[in-house]
Amino acid sequence: MSQGVLQAKLWYAQRISAMILGICVAIHLLIIFYAIRGGISAQEILGRTQGNIAFALFYELFVLACFVHAPIGVANILQETIPKTGLAKPISWVLAIAILALGTTAVVGVYTGGSL
Amino acid sequence: MSSRPHLDYRAKSHLSYFAYACHRLSGLLLACFIPLHFLMLSQSLRGAQGFEASLKLTDFWVFKFGEWVLVILLAIHLAGGVRLLMIEFGPWRGLRKGWIQASILFAIICGLLFLYFAN
Amino acid sequence: MSNTDLKVKVWRGAEQGEFVEYLVPRNSNQTVLDVVTYIQRKLDPTLSYRFACRVGMCGSCAMTVNGVARWTCRTHVSQIVKGDSLEIAPLNNLPVIKDLATDMREFFNKWKGAVGFFKGTQTRHDDFAKVEPQSEERQLANAGIECIGCGVCYASCEVVEARPNYLGPAALNRAWTLTNDIRDVQQLERMQAVAGDAGCHACHTQGSCTERCPKAIEPTASIAGLKKLVARAAVRGSKWGKL
Repeated sequence: MSQGVLQAKLWYAQRISAMILGICVAIHLLIIFYAIRGGISAQEILGRTQGNIAFALFYELFVLACFVHAPIGVANILQETIPKTGLAKPISWVLAIAILALGTTAVVGVYTGGSL
Repeated sequence: MSSRPHLDYRAKSHLSYFAYACHRLSGLLLACFIPLHFLMLSQSLRGAQGFEASLKLTDFWVFKFGEWVLVILLAIHLAGGVRLLMIEFGPWRGLRKGWIQASILFAIICGLLFLYFAN
Repeated sequence: MSNTDLKVKVWRGAEQGEFVEYLVPRNSNQTVLDVVTYIQRKLDPTLSYRFACRVGMCGSCAMTVNGVARWTCRTHVSQIVKGDSLEIAPLNNLPVIKDLATDMREFFNKWKGAVGFFKGTQTRHDDFAKVEPQSEERQLANAGIECIGCGVCYASCEVVEARPNYLGPAALNRAWTLTNDIRDVQQLERMQAVAGDAGCHACHTQGSCTERCPKAIEPTASIAGLKKLVARAAVRGSKWGKL
């Protein structure tokens, strides 16, 4: 596969993930507004999320879409800002892995509430 | 003698470029924030007490202010992103500057809602 | 110096040089090209610049005026003057040969790089190809066909500055009009050429090309069309095949 075709596919992946994120972020904003009323506590968060498979699946989808969307964008920014350093790819891979690993851990965490 | 002039702010002072700049900056800041956000939430693995202890660490005004900014950034990036998707995937109707204005408004509303609910 | 003189700062030199100020009498209906011509004829015959038709057809007189790329022959001083000063520089994103004349080879080579030229199968012995004027393809091609190759979009684009191998708005716009030419037979090669970050997918929809095009063409629309078409051809295939 040529470099150009790979980049075209990455562009497409970023746009498709953007469409998923568009819906996820809108829902997430509503949840934020709901959740912050009267302050936020661990009890409250876990009360909503613990054992709630719908919440877990929604947020895992959110994490996966972030995993695709953010590193491609960051790679573009780095490539255009510091093109000669060759850092665009490694940094965006680190970001991708951090998002996937930490995000999935977070979803498992709020789903199980630490009773793993 | 000096170097020849390059693209400067005068060439870029139009609404569509402004929208691009907002989208890029908000996206970059969000990308930096997301791993930290996930790291914080993954503290829930330590159980309710451990999670609460981590949440308490962020109980400073700096963090509160940061959260507020992030909600606004998220709103900007969302509305600006919808505009981009409409330009790239929808029928061509110019640079959709109405959406830029709507994005700004949407971000302000989200910022105000956050303040309203948080207090 | 009279009160009506324009203070005109003009770039002299090449990649290294300086702005030199000239005083040019103000006239009604004066274009920026008139100002440059006055300087060259009356004040300093060593000033180099490029023009040909003077009526907005040939695309050779584009310069950076007060920081913005414009066709100078059809830009009236009164439209853009700030107080009594003008700043005239060569087009950005192109190497300067001397003063206001830039080397446009790279700009036109990129048209070639985008397979921005027509190739059909019919000869002069065949009948005319029939292209339905109301067909979608013809309409899409129409929207971008009036490009005069002045380089204003290319010189206004920040992505060109950030990615020197980016084909740029004009070449991609040309590629899009040919993508919609039903007689052309190089569709796969063209999609291959414009795919990815040296091509259409590097565009960030900043819209400077569309804002600045003197012919009111909207390269952003053409590039958006290419992005979607080419990405789909890479993932799912197109009517001409898969990339």
